[in-house]
Amino acid sequence: MNTLTVAGSLAAPPFQPPDIDYGLLLPMLVVFTAGVLAVLVEAFAPREVRRSFQVGLSLLAVGAAFGLTLVQAASPQLPETGGILVAGGTVAVDRPTLFLQAVILLLSFVSLLLIAERRVGDGSFAAEAAAVPGSEEERQGILAGREHSEVYPLVLFAVLGMLLFPAANDLLTMFIALEVLSMPLYLLCGLARRRRLLSQEAAVKYFLLGAFSSAFFLFGIAMIYGYAGSVRLSAIADAAAAAGGGEVLLLLGIALIAVGLLFKIGAVPFHNWKPDVYQGAPTPITAFMASVTLVSAFGAMLRVFYVAFGAMAWDWRPMIWVVAILTMVVGAVVAVTQTNVKRLLAYSSVVHAGFILTALAATSAQGLGASLFYLAVYGFSTIGAFAIVTLVRDSQGEAVRLDQWRGLARRSPLLALSFALFLLGFAGIPLTSGFIAKFAVFEAALAAGGTPLVVVGVLSSAVTAFFYARIIVVMFFTGADEPAEEPGSGAAVAESAHAQEAAGGVSVRTRPAPAVTEAAPQVEVVKPGLLSQAVIAIGAAATLVLGVVPQPVLDLATQAAQHLFVR
Amino acid sequence: MTGILAADSAHEAVERASTAAADGGIHSLAWLLIAFPLLGAAILLLAGRRADRWGHWLGAAASLASFAVAVAAFTQLLGYAPEERSRIVPVYQWISTGSFTVDVNLLLDPLSISFALLITGVGSLIHIYSVGYMAHDEGRRRFFGYLNLFVAAMLTLVLADNFALLFVGWEGVGLASYLLIGFWQHKPSAAVAAKKAFVVNRVGDFGLLIAIMIMWSVFGTVAFGPVFEHIGEADQFTVTVIGLLLLLGACGKSAQLPLQSWLLDAMEGPTPVSALIHAATMVTAGVYLIVRAGLIFEASPVAQTTVAVVGAATLLAGAIIGCAKDDIKKALAGSTMSQIGYMVLAAGLGPIGYAAAIAHLLTHGFFKAGLFLGAGSVMHGMNDEVNMRRYGGLRKHMPVTFATFGIGYLAIIGLPPLSGYFTKEGIIESAWLRGDAFGFTLAGIMLLTAGLTAFYMSRIMFLTFFGPKRWAEGAHPHESPGSMTIPMVILAVGSVALGGLLVLVFHFAEFIAPVTGAEVHHFNPLSPTGLVALGLMVAGVAVAWVMYGRAPAEKLATAPRGSVFTRAARADLYGDALNESLLMRPGQRLAHASVAVDDHGVDGIVNGLAGAVRGLSGRLRLQQSGFARSYALSMFFGAALVVGAMLVVQL
Repeated sequence: MNTLTVAGSLAAPPFQPPDIDYGLLLPMLVVFTAGVLAVLVEAFAPREVRRSFQVGLSLLAVGAAFGLTLVQAASPQLPETGGILVAGGTVAVDRPTLFLQAVILLLSFVSLLLIAERRVGDGSFAAEAAAVPGSEEERQGILAGREHSEVYPLVLFAVLGMLLFPAANDLLTMFIALEVLSMPLYLLCGLARRRRLLSQEAAVKYFLLGAFSSAFFLFGIAMIYGYAGSVRLSAIADAAAAAGGGEVLLLLGIALIAVGLLFKIGAVPFHNWKPDVYQGAPTPITAFMASVTLVSAFGAMLRVFYVAFGAMAWDWRPMIWVVAILTMVVGAVVAVTQTNVKRLLAYSSVVHAGFILTALAATSAQGLGASLFYLAVYGFSTIGAFAIVTLVRDSQGEAVRLDQWRGLARRSPLLALSFALFLLGFAGIPLTSGFIAKFAVFEAALAAGGTPLVVVGVLSSAVTAFFYARIIVVMFFTGADEPAEEPGSGAAVAESAHAQEAAGGVSVRTRPAPAVTEAAPQVEVVKPGLLSQAVIAIGAAATLVLGVVPQPVLDLATQAAQHLFVR
Repeated sequence: MTGILAADSAHEAVERASTAAADGGIHSLAWLLIAFPLLGAAILLLAGRRADRWGHWLGAAASLASFAVAVAAFTQLLGYAPEERSRIVPVYQWISTGSFTVDVNLLLDPLSISFALLITGVGSLIHIYSVGYMAHDEGRRRFFGYLNLFVAAMLTLVLADNFALLFVGWEGVGLASYLLIGFWQHKPSAAVAAKKAFVVNRVGDFGLLIAIMIMWSVFGTVAFGPVFEHIGEADQFTVTVIGLLLLLGACGKSAQLPLQSWLLDAMEGPTPVSALIHAATMVTAGVYLIVRAGLIFEASPVAQTTVAVVGAATLLAGAIIGCAKDDIKKALAGSTMSQIGYMVLAAGLGPIGYAAAIAHLLTHGFFKAGLFLGAGSVMHGMNDEVNMRRYGGLRKHMPVTFATFGIGYLAIIGLPPLSGYFTKEGIIESAWLRGDAFGFTLAGIMLLTAGLTAFYMSRIMFLTFFGPKRWAEGAHPHESPGSMTIPMVILAVGSVALGGLLVLVFHFAEFIAPVTGAEVHHFNPLSPTGLVALGLMVAGVAVAWVMYGRAPAEKLATAPRGSVFTRAARADLYGDALNESLLMRPGQRLAHASVAVDDHGVDGIVNGLAGAVRGLSGRLRLQQSGFARSYALSMFFGAALVVGAMLVVQL
């Protein structure tokens, strides 16, 4: 019935309510309902049972949504070569989307396990988010052993947005999904239990810059609408194909929409927020963002560029090349002098976004399949790595300075070994999943004529291997007592001074920590709770298994991508 | 008298037994041969101290069980017609990638079963001997673990039906040899000797490995059957290269010139190891390889002649070294080199020498193992003294050792009708029967060496068991326990009878002829070479008696300065010095030069690059100021960049 005309059909006299196939939207509806229920739980359930209730509800909802996604993927209703448009053509259900959504739900489930961990340092979330950091009120909350359980509904809403983002078939729906996923994340970033000023600073920065990028995105939508007269992806594609492309309005629109999406994936030069936010946010939320958000944002970006702008690939490919090269090079180079584990992982995430961009520029089924596989693989390793970050602690909370990780292997060999495994995976060493993933994206880029991209990619891989190996050296081959060489000390002070400044007042002990840089507080490795153990085990198993027998999942991603997105 | 002549032999060489699949019986269980000692090694090496009390008996039992299987397999093989005595026993598929597959098959034929019997038979005796010899050693369990590992690897080597699996066994015995030479690694000399054996063997192993690679690239297979079948289709140069590389491998393992230097040092290992590995079995692997790959050498006269020359040179060099050494084990080691030289020379003669080579290999396995065990027994009774100038007159104190050592001695010098007489005579006659100048030269060298053998073996005998006592203080020589003497007695019986049995009764040449193409010629007790050899033997013994049997104690107790030859022989004919100046020092210089290039050239570039990246990184990170306003500004410029990149394409 309603095909191309939704946006411009105000003239049609009898209003027809859109025919919505709720069955196909069920995974999203389940998550949405659970989110609403969680708000009610927050309002009415007594405090003692609230948290367990929330954890159960979120895990159940995400698990159920995952199951429903699998059912949809297997259902005969889904045509073999395409997909179905739902809700007046605003939401697409096709194989790449289902793959992305399944990965999003799976990774969200694992992230939720980490978020729910309370055995490690009383949890990661603030006792009283509204209390002024360092105030009496905050102390009371900590003494009472509280933790904000609003985290769970916020995560559920974010997951809802992330599910919708790559499925959105018109630009307005996509924008709404973007905001639905971003708003809860802004809040979540500010909820850290320790170093709260740093956390709140990160939240504000993320919000400001996110709003800034949303504005670009919105401008882009306006220009595209001006050009094509529609916000439907397929309508845009048709309009561009009819005109033969090349009009300034269209090109500006593509550029501005690209800015909004590139911000979300953290590509250079829109990456500045990433290290600050990843460092400030509670680590489980960092894990959630670094894995799930990346999957979702890349999913949306792939859809827009493959469906709406697919015909103009010659116009935008040079731009993506420039951004991809900048992203890989700058991310890798800056990471070399990082001394903070969380920031280092943030830069590593920047570089990996660059690697996936090389496959996006391929605009082929092969590139899409490789991206899907890469996203899934990278997500698991990332969550595992951040889970380990939560366990290395000193009196201030997590000990994230690299020199505090010296000799970790001697104290916790198993933990150090898992972390080394994740790092080797990030570096793309054979027999880890990272190698297969990197191989797949570079292969796709090569097949599409992106040889310079691959050359730059391999070179920056070498640079990243250096700093991954440096962490391994620090953990395994330096004693806890011998001084390790600190790179770029001058710049390190310049950058960390600002972070330390924020950290100064953040001590949960309510007394300002004097001269944090001077005395090295006792670093200990906390025994992981059952949930953290599960997260690390899942991450390690995925990294290893997908490196040794990647074929089943690789086949799955390739088949999902075979017929591209539905139009 | 001379049996089948050359015209017939060419015909016979072609008509080799075709290999058939094993048809059940004990042959389908042939893998047990290897499995028993392998399992034994695994248990002994993994069980830790728990196995200390019974580990040595388990090791001996594993070897005996393997021997039982070998005897049963041998009996079944005898039940077939001679041309059907080559059986393949599939075990499993080892490597399968695309068109390249390597099956793990065992090959049971007269050649391999002869080796299997020798390895497990002599091996079991030495296991039993070691129970007594190593009784006071803390590492006895580990020792038996290594011994079992050796037996398993050696059986893999001889039972393999392709070069790849043979190479696995080849490396396995190398490993076991390394571990056992360095068994007392707390002694620096033992550790160095083990390393030396390992390094020198690597050279040879490399030759074998390259030969296997060439075979694969030329023939597309490394299995014995197909390679030998198609050897005639390859060009002459390739075959010669393969042959010479195989010879290099054989030289490393069998301590032939120019890779002989490790064997004398290898005597640092416990004496049972010297007996089993460095006298009876492992060092003969080279002879096995040459005889097994006989068709390759027959296809390349150059390679075959080289084999004979190498054998002749080593046989003389070993004997000369044996004449000058005062260390009883090193003197015996020189003798081993020399005797293997006989075998390699025989193998280099072609089909006419194969049977003689293998027969001498088997009898040598017995009498040389017996001699080493006897030497071990003497050392055991003399507080581990190895210098023969500190022995003397031991025959009264160690009567069993004296008797068994004496029998081994008579066997090796070739006294009729003991074992060595029949088999060594077979080799000399084979060379003589070639009938050309080359054959006569070789026979002459061997006859000369036969005299030298009689001399140096008599020297050992007289210095140890006869003459006046020259013992160190505190020496109380005594006979060794039963676990040591019984194996010695059994080996002595073999030293007496095996040669005659093999040659006259069992007709060994006919037994292995179908698989090796060996020519059969009947033993001639009155051949001219035999008579000359006997004469030279008597002369050698007489000279030794004059020099060592009747000399006074004070003259024997200290080594004379000696002639140039003596000093050269004491220094292993300057083999080590040669290696050092030709290979080691240039190698070290090359290594130092490479390090310098690496430090200043390669590392300089790498470090410079790393420094540049680091500097750039320090600069770039300053841009990460922490201020949202500057981030927003950079986003703005980024957006301008993206827009620009989009529009610039249109220009």
